[in-house]
Amino acid sequence: MTTEPDSPADAGTRGTGSQTTPAATEPSVPAQPTAEKPDEVSTDVTPGEAVSEAVSESEAVSETAAASDSTASSDRTAASVSAAVRESVPVSETKGDLTPREISPEPGAKPKIGLADTLFKNLTRTAGIGLLVLIGLIALFLVLRAWDALSANEGNFFTTETWGANDTPPVFGVAALLFGTLLSAVIALAIAIPVAVGIALFITIYAPRRMASALGYVVDLLAAVPSVIYGLWGLLVLAPHFNGTQMWLNDYFGWIPLFDVGEGSVGRSVFLASVVLAIMVLPIIAALSREVFLQVPITHREAALALGATRWEMIRTAVIPYGKPGVISASMLGLGRAMGETIAVALVLPSTFNISWNILKPAGNTIAANVANGFGEANDIGRGALIASGLVLFVVTMVVNMIARAVIARRREFSGRAA
Amino acid sequence: MATRIEISGLTAYYGKFKAVADVNLTIEPKSVTAFIGPSGCGKSTVLRTLNRMHEVLPGARVEGKVLLDGEDLYGPGVDPVNVRRNVGMVFQRPNPFPTMSIYENVIAGLKLNGVRKKSLLDERVEESLKGANLWDEVKDRLNRPGAGLSGGQQQRLCIARAIAVEPQVLLMDEPCSALDPISTLAIEDLIQKLRSSYTIVIVTHNMQQASRVSETTAFFSLEKTGDPGRLVEYSTTSQIFSNPKEKRTEDYISGRFG
Amino acid sequence: MTATTMPAAPAGHQSLNLRGQTLRTPVLGAIAVGAVALTALLYLVTSIHSRIQFVLIVLLLFSIGQTVASVLVEGARRARDRLVTTLVYGSFLLALIPLVAVLVAVIERGAKRLDMDFLTHSMRGIGARDAGGGIYHAIIGTLEQVGLASLMAVPFGLLVAVYLVEYGTGRISRVISFFVDVLTGLPSIIAGLFVLGFWILALGQPFTGFAGSLALTILMVPVVVRSAEEMLKLVPDELREASYALGVARWRTILKIVVPTALPGIVTGVMLAVARVAGETAPLLLTVFGDNSINMNPFDGEQSALPLYIYSQAGQPQQVAIDRAWAAALTLIIIIMLLNLIARFVASRAKVK
Repeated sequence: MTTEPDSPADAGTRGTGSQTTPAATEPSVPAQPTAEKPDEVSTDVTPGEAVSEAVSESEAVSETAAASDSTASSDRTAASVSAAVRESVPVSETKGDLTPREISPEPGAKPKIGLADTLFKNLTRTAGIGLLVLIGLIALFLVLRAWDALSANEGNFFTTETWGANDTPPVFGVAALLFGTLLSAVIALAIAIPVAVGIALFITIYAPRRMASALGYVVDLLAAVPSVIYGLWGLLVLAPHFNGTQMWLNDYFGWIPLFDVGEGSVGRSVFLASVVLAIMVLPIIAALSREVFLQVPITHREAALALGATRWEMIRTAVIPYGKPGVISASMLGLGRAMGETIAVALVLPSTFNISWNILKPAGNTIAANVANGFGEANDIGRGALIASGLVLFVVTMVVNMIARAVIARRREFSGRAA
Repeated sequence: MATRIEISGLTAYYGKFKAVADVNLTIEPKSVTAFIGPSGCGKSTVLRTLNRMHEVLPGARVEGKVLLDGEDLYGPGVDPVNVRRNVGMVFQRPNPFPTMSIYENVIAGLKLNGVRKKSLLDERVEESLKGANLWDEVKDRLNRPGAGLSGGQQQRLCIARAIAVEPQVLLMDEPCSALDPISTLAIEDLIQKLRSSYTIVIVTHNMQQASRVSETTAFFSLEKTGDPGRLVEYSTTSQIFSNPKEKRTEDYISGRFG
Repeated sequence: MTATTMPAAPAGHQSLNLRGQTLRTPVLGAIAVGAVALTALLYLVTSIHSRIQFVLIVLLLFSIGQTVASVLVEGARRARDRLVTTLVYGSFLLALIPLVAVLVAVIERGAKRLDMDFLTHSMRGIGARDAGGGIYHAIIGTLEQVGLASLMAVPFGLLVAVYLVEYGTGRISRVISFFVDVLTGLPSIIAGLFVLGFWILALGQPFTGFAGSLALTILMVPVVVRSAEEMLKLVPDELREASYALGVARWRTILKIVVPTALPGIVTGVMLAVARVAGETAPLLLTVFGDNSINMNPFDGEQSALPLYIYSQAGQPQQVAIDRAWAAALTLIIIIMLLNLIARFVASRAKVK
């Protein structure tokens, strides 16, 4: 492949040369001995040569000479190489029969390749746009379906605590559901984040190298267990065992309103649901935190150690500051997951509709669990009402996820500048 | 302040692989010693054994003795944290903490040792940055990120960070290999200045650099890939470069090998 | 090997302090024993009786004891280091508890009912109180629904990924990429609600297995896109350029070179995506509805699915129904773990290359 007559050295000056004599550069290509099937393309063409060719093509055929010129003369980094190729190739393709592709070395080259390329590109683009349409449809139909129910609603959707969507007249609201969703998710995170960060630190820093990958697998395993099984376990195994703990919390920490059950008893409570949720989001947060901790350059860790830091001090100076945004966004993603979790919560929590801070009492509900529980006996308005509550969940999780992504994006920017 | 280093019978491993074998040498206080040799000869490994950074890598271990003023770094009851507190290190690539300002970078080591007093910290930051020939360039932007400096400035910031904790010994692992010639010159000037207060050991690929900055030079080499590196010759720099005793040293410095 | 000695210079300064005091192993052992003893005592006098709590309290007491001893002997810095080390190890052990507990519970309780009879019979004509019944219909449903979902999600997701990696430079691709993230975070119940609102309520389609696979497709697509995107990005640009340099058209380069190179990674991602949706319950609840009889046709009539089956049986008060739920859970876990293992196997085979 290195018989290519244009040496990379003259790539910078090719802007004018190839523009005037496109034919002079291209006919050399079919003369090459290796006119093979694309599967057998070898990799010994250097990027420099590849880009000079791609650039010269676009210059020869299209009007983008000026733009490509600057690319050719600038640093030929991998990024600009691919950018040049991406910019130039489709342009030359759409020019149809005049493209140098016509005399491409491929034996079975068809003159319609340009069309096929355009079609393929449009196909992938259609898929991409289809995805946007899908999101739009989701939002649209949640709103449409919710509308009837919301206009039939006799109560205030956002402040009403009860869920009488199937009654006549229907009176329902998401206040208690949203409260339960947020409360259980926040408690779950409060439990999960420290443990998850601990696991991530253990895997990245404390555990021996060989053990670390096995441990990563264990964490993934924890994530692979379906939520219905966590729900089953939470309901039938954890709940009976957990009453002792809840009683104990009530006995000794009942002076904190959160843990006070008053005259009532403990049971399948928001706290129990939160523990189950914590177990479920733990692997997500741990896996993402592990990723960011692994990205901490070893030189930063060594710099801290060389200053006489203990292992914890090394973590505090080099690892935590670097990984903090990643951990925050991982936690936000975990929060989104905890809020949207349905079946485990539906199995564990009794469906009640009131706002209560007493997390040990057998009470509580979440938006998602209420949909699962209430769907079976819902009438038309009832289904619309459930969809309306789903719309609220959709918006809340989307906001949380967006914040998470924004934090990640800011970190990328930051580390980009730092590099 | 400055310390004599005596290395005797030192062998370092990465897992089962013997990286460098049976090194014996003595480094005098307040001198600059250069470690030179071809890639893979173990010069950086030996350097990292001098502040127990070698063992940070998984599976790495050390046999033999390294005496710092007569006290064995690898003796029982020795705390590597205390060792590193006394033996500072500068790395191949400048590695200021990216989330910290210039000021915070310099005091990072002091904060670990519990220095909290603002006036003392300010004083030490100025002292260290002046010591690292960086003060004039950064004194107006101490609160800007350390990562925003140029490569050469970052490396001098790392030197300032290392000397801020007042170590006895300063180890430099190819400190200029990632820098342009002008920054390299600045670091070399700095080494000339620091030699009066610290025992300096520098690993370098650049023989001109070794001849410019060091008084003594240790030449490491290895027979073939897979063999452990060994100390071939250790002498004054002028002797090594003008009249080496060993044939292999001569071959290396005259560019015939490695 | 020569060791030339330089003229010695006087080294006049205070001796170095390299040594540190260290807590000896017997001391740590004593603290551990003390922690266990104290916890046992606590158990005798107070109202706690959970085994997990026992471990937690021992861990807590040990941390406190060790920290106090360490501060006294080694100083505050070492003490803090030790405390964090204990907490980090502790948090890992803590995370192992639920994993082990869940697996043990599922295997122990599920094995009671899991036999060929259970795998080959449906629930037709079996009341909640009857002891018989099986999950044949649910397995059929899960396989068909997940299979259909994969058929739709994999090509679609791959095309989107190809667009993002190979063609995507403009604003549209950034927007698409962002909404892939949004879809990743979409609660599964919302996917179910959407198919309910769109397919079933608006278009008037019945509850079918296919409706369920539509919902699963929505959940699968972002996972496929993301993993395929990662893999396509790993294909070196040199490979593409070498192909362009030969004059091979872009689309052929992508189909014949880029995608095949990334294929093992893509297969792994797809397998993990399949494993993920195979356990989804919530969207199926709203779209497939659940049924007790065998229904082979996913396009006509209600079906069952393993997760749905577990959910409905777990909600019954009878022990026989709960036993069935555990056995079905064991089956589901085995299927998902198998999918995971295959995915890992493909991934490890790909790494060798």
